[in-house]
Amino acid sequence: MTEALALVPKAEAKQSMKDFKSDQEVRWCPGCGDYAVLAAVQGFMPELGLAKENIVFVSGIGCSSRFPYYMNTYGMHSIHGRAPAIATGLAASRRDLSVWVVTGDGDALSIGGNHLIHALRRNVNLKILLFNNRIYGLTKGQYSPTSEVGKITKSTPMGSLDAPFNPVSLAIGAEASFVARTVDSDRKHLTQVLREAADHPGTALVEIYQNCNIFNDGAFDALKDREQAEEAVIRLEHGQPIRFGRDNSKGVVRDPATGDLEVVAVTPENEQRVLVHDAHTASPTTAFALSRLADPDTLHHTPIGVLRSVRRPVYETQMADQLEDAVERHGKGDLSALLHGNDTWTVVG
Amino acid sequence: MTSQVSAQAEQAEGALVGDQQRGPGKEVRRLDRVIIRFAGDSGDGMQLTGDRFTSETASFGNDLSTLPNFPAEIRAPAGTLPGVSSFQLHFADHDILTPGDAPNVLVAMNPAALKANLQDVPRGAEIIVNTDEFTKRAMAKVGYAASPLEDGSLEAYSVHPVPLTTLTVEALKDFELTRKEAERSKNMFALGLLSWMYHRPTEGTETFLRSKFAKKPHLAEANVAAFRAGWNFGETTEDFAVSYEVQPASSAFPPGTYRNISGNLALSYGLVAASQQADLPLFLGSYPITPASDILHELSRHKNFGVRTFQAEDEIAGIGAALGAAFGGALAVTTTSGPGVALKSETIGLAVSLELPLLIVDIQRGGPSTGLPTKTEQADLLQAMYGRNGEAPVPIVAPRTPADCFDAALDAARIALTYRTPVFLLSDGYLANGSEPWRVPDLDELPDLRVQFAGGPNHTLADGTEVFWPYKRDPQTLARPWAVPGTPGLEHRIGGIEKQDGTGNISYDPANHDFMVRTRQAKVDGIEVPDVTVDDPGASDGATGPDGGAGSDGGAADTLVLGWGSTYGPITAAVRRIRGAGGAVAQAHLRHLNPFPRNLGEVLARYEKVVVPEMNLGQLATLLRAEFLVDVHSHTQVSGMPFKAEELARVLKEAIDD
Repeated sequence: MTEALALVPKAEAKQSMKDFKSDQEVRWCPGCGDYAVLAAVQGFMPELGLAKENIVFVSGIGCSSRFPYYMNTYGMHSIHGRAPAIATGLAASRRDLSVWVVTGDGDALSIGGNHLIHALRRNVNLKILLFNNRIYGLTKGQYSPTSEVGKITKSTPMGSLDAPFNPVSLAIGAEASFVARTVDSDRKHLTQVLREAADHPGTALVEIYQNCNIFNDGAFDALKDREQAEEAVIRLEHGQPIRFGRDNSKGVVRDPATGDLEVVAVTPENEQRVLVHDAHTASPTTAFALSRLADPDTLHHTPIGVLRSVRRPVYETQMADQLEDAVERHGKGDLSALLHGNDTWTVVG
Repeated sequence: MTSQVSAQAEQAEGALVGDQQRGPGKEVRRLDRVIIRFAGDSGDGMQLTGDRFTSETASFGNDLSTLPNFPAEIRAPAGTLPGVSSFQLHFADHDILTPGDAPNVLVAMNPAALKANLQDVPRGAEIIVNTDEFTKRAMAKVGYAASPLEDGSLEAYSVHPVPLTTLTVEALKDFELTRKEAERSKNMFALGLLSWMYHRPTEGTETFLRSKFAKKPHLAEANVAAFRAGWNFGETTEDFAVSYEVQPASSAFPPGTYRNISGNLALSYGLVAASQQADLPLFLGSYPITPASDILHELSRHKNFGVRTFQAEDEIAGIGAALGAAFGGALAVTTTSGPGVALKSETIGLAVSLELPLLIVDIQRGGPSTGLPTKTEQADLLQAMYGRNGEAPVPIVAPRTPADCFDAALDAARIALTYRTPVFLLSDGYLANGSEPWRVPDLDELPDLRVQFAGGPNHTLADGTEVFWPYKRDPQTLARPWAVPGTPGLEHRIGGIEKQDGTGNISYDPANHDFMVRTRQAKVDGIEVPDVTVDDPGASDGATGPDGGAGSDGGAADTLVLGWGSTYGPITAAVRRIRGAGGAVAQAHLRHLNPFPRNLGEVLARYEKVVVPEMNLGQLATLLRAEFLVDVHSHTQVSGMPFKAEELARVLKEAIDD
């Protein structure tokens, strides 16, 4: 088993997808992208082979945050935006658990933005699944911090004014050690990303483009429609040249003048210049530049896959090390000695 | 502040109890108690000086009580009134309860310190001033047109003009220090002088200085030299003809081993002890805030007890992480002050709904908003009681003295763990920073707080299937099972949405919601708390306590004074004054504000008049009126400072005579 899950007990028997389905009726809208993600996660879990009592799903508030109720593991459906903070306390005090956070674009990036960035910089051993549907669903259709500028919603009848977050760029800026993006409808890709996230020691942020068929239907059609996707989606694979488009006719190269990345038509002359994706490189610069390739309106040139995956010290590992170190240096805590301190006097009866 | 009542009235003005000679020409007088106030600029090291004098006094065996008082600014503009920092210490050969109303001795390190504190100093008291700082410019800065040392305005006091700065610099001339560096030791010179005046042991301070400056030995020796120079100055100068002895308070203390302890330290130790007694790892999620940060600092030092401290990105994350750790089976704590509680409210509500153990430590300070960060107040009672959406009852425990913070922390942990509920521990700035002698308990005196995690199914379905129901309650306590992740077969999901009784599944059923709201309330209402004891020497049933008080000749009391939290010291001192003057008054003090002790209503009904002093605008009084329909007399003060015993005695006297 991987280092990330080394302390988590293994399942005694072989598990199946069914083992991870709870007895609760799933109550998302018919056709919601959340169903696909739930099925992918439930389908992937047996592969990890962990004792399911040592798996915990923690969520905030929003449609996606109902997720824990449907997983037959331990779970907590908490309050709006706070799931990363709650999960941090749990993961930091229980290294024998595999802790997953399920959140949405409003939950993670608006009300809970502070907790998300701090979880990422701390590198707590959490796997954060950020369902991004670019809309507020549970409150019935207001624009979200990932909605495109000019979004017409109930709260923005003349169009939204604020520039959206790019969650991947944000995560890289927040010192995240693992950042990936995937799409709800591509189960194979989603599962592969989950696999790599689970394998990562530290915080893993997985942005999942998820369709809200009620309030923002078709938001990601550019990435899903076979015809369009070929030109729109850049599939990143570590160690592979970054090429996409019909017959891999396009590629990503670095502009030698600015250092920025750009999409070019690949020719025999420039083929050598096509960037080879390196998710493990220490510098976040190229991963950030990749995250900026996508057009926020049309989603053209959207990279999916693992943008960044680097090794950094894991928060709770270091916390546990400090505890051990303290015992080594000062001995196991002696309560009586602590209470007495160094300066006592005695009153004789 | 020991738990024994002394017959001596708190107001005795440093009564002379004996004379003797000390050295040629030096008279030694014996006093039963003294109140000293050190005052200077925020940068003058007055808190350190006070702390050291306190340690010397504690190790000498006096009873003592302290009141540090400092501005919120780290270094307010030098020499200004807002920049004055002071430390008051009351010590005695008998049991005392407060830091004292008025100092017998004021040490004023500059004109601002004199001006800011003079109003509290009674005529006849001694004032030691650092004359070096009384320059025209420094005096003008605080509005002295003429020097108060020369214009006769201090005639009613016994003033000792001492050029503290010059003497310190002179004493350190052999050390390779700049003048500025040498001047910094003037607080140690003052400490040395006061240590001579009051016959304090000095070894502790010298050891302390050498360890504090271990990395800069020349500074350590310079400070020791300044300290000794101050002592020698007292011994040789004619200006200080008299020194004072205050005998150890041995007879006031029950036998045992004692140490000096502040409220925040006692509270920290209480949390570590609770973790050990519960055999659960302690997890603190916290965000720095005055006056609670000391607890975060202290607990961070005890990782060898398995204590995890997490400095969060904000108040909400602090309690969130703690709640996550509680789900995982830790003894979870968050520490804060009033503004932080406001931010944590939603998570406290979640903890009420999840029914997980969680301690919320609120070191109250002046409010609203940022208010007075370094001053004390009791105005978060209603916030703790009601400050959440929906019906979200939370038990409330309040310590009464600095040392009592230890026991109160254990008690709050008992309630949280037994009833699976968040619990408020309401301390305040006065308790947090004040200190007193504490009898160190033996470990076998501490309560057993061990809990039983759920281990298997707790319910049988109609078809005979054994299942685990996370909200199936203990019929006695109404607590739900604590099933921690990692326990096979007990996988369950909890959340802030209303849950079906028993199964814990999401439920929007109206009748179920009504039942769950009432059940959560009933659980908190049913928490076992000890009856409140009444100290009423004149009562026919011989009721005694809260401290097993000895009788007075006041006859039957028709007035009860009821307090909560840190007002215990001043209220008890005021009660002693009343009784010392032949008056009759009954006293009771609440540790549990939610739920109230079962007998409280009956106690209130026993008295014609009930006086409730509080450092807020009558929050407990409001609760008492609502709960018991008693027309309590609410006496309030929100000055950021503790009550003075004299003022409270006057209020009580008026109520009694009314």
